Amino acid sequence: MEQLEVEISEWRAFVERSPAVNGHDVDELETHLRDQIADLSRAGLATDEAFLIAVRRIGNLDEVSREFAREHSGRLWKQLVLSGEHQDQAAAVSWLEPLVFAIAAALTLQAARLAAGFPGEEASWFLRNASLFVLPFLAAYFARRRGLTPVQWLVTAAPFAIAALVVNLYPFAAGGSTELLVIAHLPVVLWFVVAYPYMGATLQSHEKRMDFVRFTGEWLIYYALIGLGGAVLMGITTGILEPAGVNTELILEWVMPMGSAGAVIVAAWLVESKQRVVENMAPVLTMVFTPLFAVMLIVATVVYAATGLGGAFDRELLGVFDLLLVVVLGLVLYGMSARDPEQGVGWMDRIQLVAVLAALILDLMVLGVMVARIGELGFTPNRTVALGLNIVLLINLVATAWLSVRFLTGRGTFHRLERWQTSYLPVFALWAAAVVVILPPIFSFT
Amino acid sequence: MNIDKDLVAASATPLVLTILDEEETYGYAILKRVRELSDGEMEWTDGMLYPLLHRLHRLGYVKTDWRLSPEGRRRRYYSITDDGKAALAEHKRQWVTVARTLGDAWGDDLTRFSLGSA
Repeated sequence: MEQLEVEISEWRAFVERSPAVNGHDVDELETHLRDQIADLSRAGLATDEAFLIAVRRIGNLDEVSREFAREHSGRLWKQLVLSGEHQDQAAAVSWLEPLVFAIAAALTLQAARLAAGFPGEEASWFLRNASLFVLPFLAAYFARRRGLTPVQWLVTAAPFAIAALVVNLYPFAAGGSTELLVIAHLPVVLWFVVAYPYMGATLQSHEKRMDFVRFTGEWLIYYALIGLGGAVLMGITTGILEPAGVNTELILEWVMPMGSAGAVIVAAWLVESKQRVVENMAPVLTMVFTPLFAVMLIVATVVYAATGLGGAFDRELLGVFDLLLVVVLGLVLYGMSARDPEQGVGWMDRIQLVAVLAALILDLMVLGVMVARIGELGFTPNRTVALGLNIVLLINLVATAWLSVRFLTGRGTFHRLERWQTSYLPVFALWAAAVVVILPPIFSFT
Repeated sequence: MNIDKDLVAASATPLVLTILDEEETYGYAILKRVRELSDGEMEWTDGMLYPLLHRLHRLGYVKTDWRLSPEGRRRRYYSITDDGKAALAEHKRQWVTVARTLGDAWGDDLTRFSLGSA
């Protein structure tokens, strides 16, 4: 009997090695194994024979864990290699590849800056094109990693080419607001373009879309961390070299933009290969910030409801509220991607719903006043974009709140909520693309 | 008889839902019931059942609950939801259509075949 326990625990340890199978699943499989052994022993088999047959019936563990991985892609969404053997080797070779892409992006950006008149005044075409110097390298990095076919490479490249034509051929008025809006929206559009090679040249799969959402969230964390590290490094460099009479400002001007371009690719590589580190961080971050935002939103709602909107109302307030909704939506998406779909309703889901509802109430108050004001003041590019984005976000959050209520009251599933978010992603992409392509001509490039 | 892998996979969801529609139960008992229903003709790889159950759970077709079994083992019990019942009805409709179509097409052959093997 003791021998059996040893064998079962060895078997268990082996199953646990698969990242797609979590503790509960192993418990479940172990109970299954024990049931089977008990039945076979009752039928007259010796325990060691019963163990062997029971293990055999469970099946090839590689295949079983691959099946688990297919169902729970969230647990190992980054692992393209499912049976862990070749993983270490691949990781050892692969750091060179992102480095090449990162350096290429950094050098391209620097070359463009020099062409734009650096170190003197830089021309505004540089800012319009800035993301076009960096994100194609990220797209190419993923296209290579996912082994895209030549046709798929072309499909990946086409949006970049179109974007380049649009931002450079449109006759923008110098310093006009349509130009600023394009500068702000083009990176968003191109980020969605990167989704195509990232998802392995398919756009339909909702699971892969969720992977891309996860990727975006984790990428932001890594990018912020690299940025912090870079800032500390710069600060110390200045502190050390300044007394020696070196003009460090020059170094900063040269190094910083190159660093931030290269970091785009390095962060993506980190997300891809060092997944586990952030995997533990993402739930913690959402757990800390969702309640804080919920409290802030409730306070703001109460204050606005008590004092009225009139006094504090500013024409650009809608922009601030857009930002607020983006952050709330970010928290929702991030919490969603970090959530274990196996779990039932928890307090985090309730807090998240409170945050979404408070944001909605606040936004509706602002939106009501804003629509009335726009009637008086007329449309400008900024107000059109602020209003449009607000509506796009509002629709998403209203449906999110509705589906969350259904989920919390047990009348819907979490799956529906997830599906709604992944189905809505193209709307964001199209909206950003419309701001870049359609809006400038409408306002005659002012 | 060796049933084709694709056919086993396609019938797995309706079969599991049907068994859960009979009563709330756990993984090992589901497999025993499958063997019973098919007279041992349908062999599943036991481990493959669990990813399937988890998928049904994610889709909201089944509810799960960890409980202690009479023998003192921690077991995960599964039971069908209303969504699951609706999905099962849809599966049934499709399978009945397939079976009827094949039956019509094969005519006498089908009865001869099943009589022959009985």
